[in-house]
Amino acid sequence: MILSGELIHFGNITKEFFGIRALAGITLSMPSGQIVGLVGENGAGKSTLMNVLGGVFAPDAGSMIWQGRPYSPEGPADATREGIAFIHQELNLFGNLSIADNLFIDGFPRVRRLGVLKRGTANRLARQRLEAVALECPVNTPVENLTPGEQQLVEIARALGRNARLIILDEPTSSLTQNERERLFGLMNELRKGGCTLVFISHNLDEVLRMSDRIVVMRDGCVVSTGEKREYTVERMITDMVGRQINNLYPEKTSRASEEVLLRVEGLSRSGTVDDVSFVLHRGEILGLFGLMGSGRTELARILFGLDSFSAGNLEAIGRPLGGHKPAKSISRGLAFVTENRRDEGLLMEGTIESNVALAALRRRAFSRWSVWIRGGAIRERTLRTAGELRLHAADLRRQPARNLSGGNQQKAVIAKWLLTEPKILILDEPTRGIDIGAKYEIYTIMNNLAAEGAGILFISSELEELAATCDRILVMSNGRIHGEFSRGAFDEKAILEAAFEGLRIGGTKR
Amino acid sequence: MSGSGKKHTIVLAALRNTPLILFVLLFVCFGILTPDFFRYQSIENAVKQASYIGIVATGMAFVLLTGGIDLSVGSNMYLSTVAAGLCIQRFGLPGWAAFTVCIGVGIVFAATNALIITRLRVIPFIATLATMVAGRGLGRMLLQSRAISYPEAITSIGSARLWGVPYPIVLFAAILAAAWIMLHRTQWGRQIYAVGYNMEAARKAGINTVRISATAYVLCGAFASLGGFVSVAQLGNVNTGFGRGSEFDAIAAAVLGGISLFGGIGSIFPGVLLGAVMIQLVSTGLVSARVDLYLHSMISATIIFAAVAIDSRRTILLEKLQQRRIQIE
Repeated sequence: MILSGELIHFGNITKEFFGIRALAGITLSMPSGQIVGLVGENGAGKSTLMNVLGGVFAPDAGSMIWQGRPYSPEGPADATREGIAFIHQELNLFGNLSIADNLFIDGFPRVRRLGVLKRGTANRLARQRLEAVALECPVNTPVENLTPGEQQLVEIARALGRNARLIILDEPTSSLTQNERERLFGLMNELRKGGCTLVFISHNLDEVLRMSDRIVVMRDGCVVSTGEKREYTVERMITDMVGRQINNLYPEKTSRASEEVLLRVEGLSRSGTVDDVSFVLHRGEILGLFGLMGSGRTELARILFGLDSFSAGNLEAIGRPLGGHKPAKSISRGLAFVTENRRDEGLLMEGTIESNVALAALRRRAFSRWSVWIRGGAIRERTLRTAGELRLHAADLRRQPARNLSGGNQQKAVIAKWLLTEPKILILDEPTRGIDIGAKYEIYTIMNNLAAEGAGILFISSELEELAATCDRILVMSNGRIHGEFSRGAFDEKAILEAAFEGLRIGGTKR
Repeated sequence: MSGSGKKHTIVLAALRNTPLILFVLLFVCFGILTPDFFRYQSIENAVKQASYIGIVATGMAFVLLTGGIDLSVGSNMYLSTVAAGLCIQRFGLPGWAAFTVCIGVGIVFAATNALIITRLRVIPFIATLATMVAGRGLGRMLLQSRAISYPEAITSIGSARLWGVPYPIVLFAAILAAAWIMLHRTQWGRQIYAVGYNMEAARKAGINTVRISATAYVLCGAFASLGGFVSVAQLGNVNTGFGRGSEFDAIAAAVLGGISLFGGIGSIFPGVLLGAVMIQLVSTGLVSARVDLYLHSMISATIIFAAVAIDSRRTILLEKLQQRRIQIE
């Protein structure tokens, strides 16, 4: 099945990790000048396939044909040379260097004999490349001062500068604002017009359907279906991805909030981030916290958990004041915090799954004697049980490093870590970002069960739909303040969004 | 927000220029304590004596910027100057040839470090700790623990002047300029920063990270032996303790100058210049302030420790302030 005008052909590509088959004989072609939407649950093999294409992993078996010639890259550099650019979810930029330096880091314009850079030429070329991606910014700006959306444009400009014929975008929209998304989509269309092929990996199926010319659906290391966009609907993609019909994206809500207050926040402030925030969290309640990026949601969570200090206000957890606390004290008082960034803050990537899961609960009497001597057996038994309850799929809990888990399973490992501490108040910051529908469903179920067992859950998210489906109440935060509170039954999407933007509008004049 | 904004800007500016502020503070402190401090002669002396540490610290800065460390520079200074001294003594080599031997030995020494670190993948701290001990042992074996003196032809250079400026200072200035150009105006230099910021990302960006780190270590060793030669040219001889503790001074000078121990952050100029002179100011300042000799190392260690501690607080503070600024904007 070799198409005419095809750019890349995968022939029976196979790859295994730790005895688990990540790719089970993939045969696939991609034509040039198209946007190919690649969807599948976490662990379906999308990233592995793209890593093979990008030269990050070598396949165990199979072959690739790139522009009519056999292609077997030995490293990312080979892929780059061939015109294949891989834009990872975590961007591959150097925050300490300027935009221009980042664009040319692997090949500056130089004065030939001396090896000295032509600064002027580099800056001029850099300006041209920024123009191509419509980024208006001085080229000597350090990259760490840019927003995630702008950084992504820099990365795309870098790919274009190397004459990329195929650009892989892995979850490019997950950290972008709505405006930045539209800007990216505009650019993607332009690139396609210019003859570039784009592979668009995303969990946002609406976006995939809107942007792509072709759809490729993967499941369990296989391509389960592929075809023109018009053959697909979001429902069909979901059905193909999970291999069964999914009628409910959300589990039925079984928990109910009681009157008992677990967490009381009064007038909490920290200059520049959180401003006079008050609310209560009840036993058995799932309390949603909605807000746009930069609204102060994460900062509030960090203060509650004792990662940052606060300058004014009162905090009370389970009837006792909490203040000037450190995370260790929060944990001993029954707080748990699933952070937004599981890669940097949630897991020790090189550590085994078991050591990660046991980490926060090591001091508990059940797992160590006098908080010193570790009870290995108890930990092993409990890890195994919790992993089972959460349906955490791994080859070997004791030996497999957390790095090798798929995104959804990594998130489950983080949640398992906190479940071992038996938390009464659980703060979840964007727990479903970048994970697939099946894993999302399971995470909602876990939250539901925990709340039904009497925990209070603070659920931070920028997806209104999931908050509306799972929460008892929703607080809306904007510009460091609470700008609205909505109870279940009175969730009004328009009103909530208005509240989220409200702080921004008045923010300009107030501060 | 304008009031607090202005305050932030001032705090940020102060934090960004900590090396300069520390330098001025130390300078004023010792100036008040010692009467002759502000004379041109004593300032020139301070810079001259700082030049060898400055040269070693410049080399160290390359390694620190890649996120590594080199503990063996003191032993490198010792071994390379011993080798050169022995060549003069035994074979009567002229000054320029002895100089070449010195730098050559320094490069070979450092290439060993580079090999162990990049090929055998031993972490830099352990690898250079081992070569530090081994290098000093080898030097002592060659000399049978005796001292060796350098001939007049070389020591005269130590006190000679070029256009009225002492040779060591001229050399130090040239090294600083060359290092600045290498770091900021060559691809290799920009890649040093990239490797230090994120080794994995650098590899993915197609940078030959092994070659970049290896050349940083080799340059560091070459500069260490050069610094050793400059120092011996001023002292006149190499005793068994020569260069001991210089690794500490060089690392401290680089860090005082704003080079981050975590890699990727900091600059040679004026950072390392100020850092090196500060280290020297402390020791000469203590002498001229007639502080009890036994207290010297305690006091200089305290000052250096305080400066480095301020530096690490500063990094955290800077991060927090910038984060806040972005959110307000």
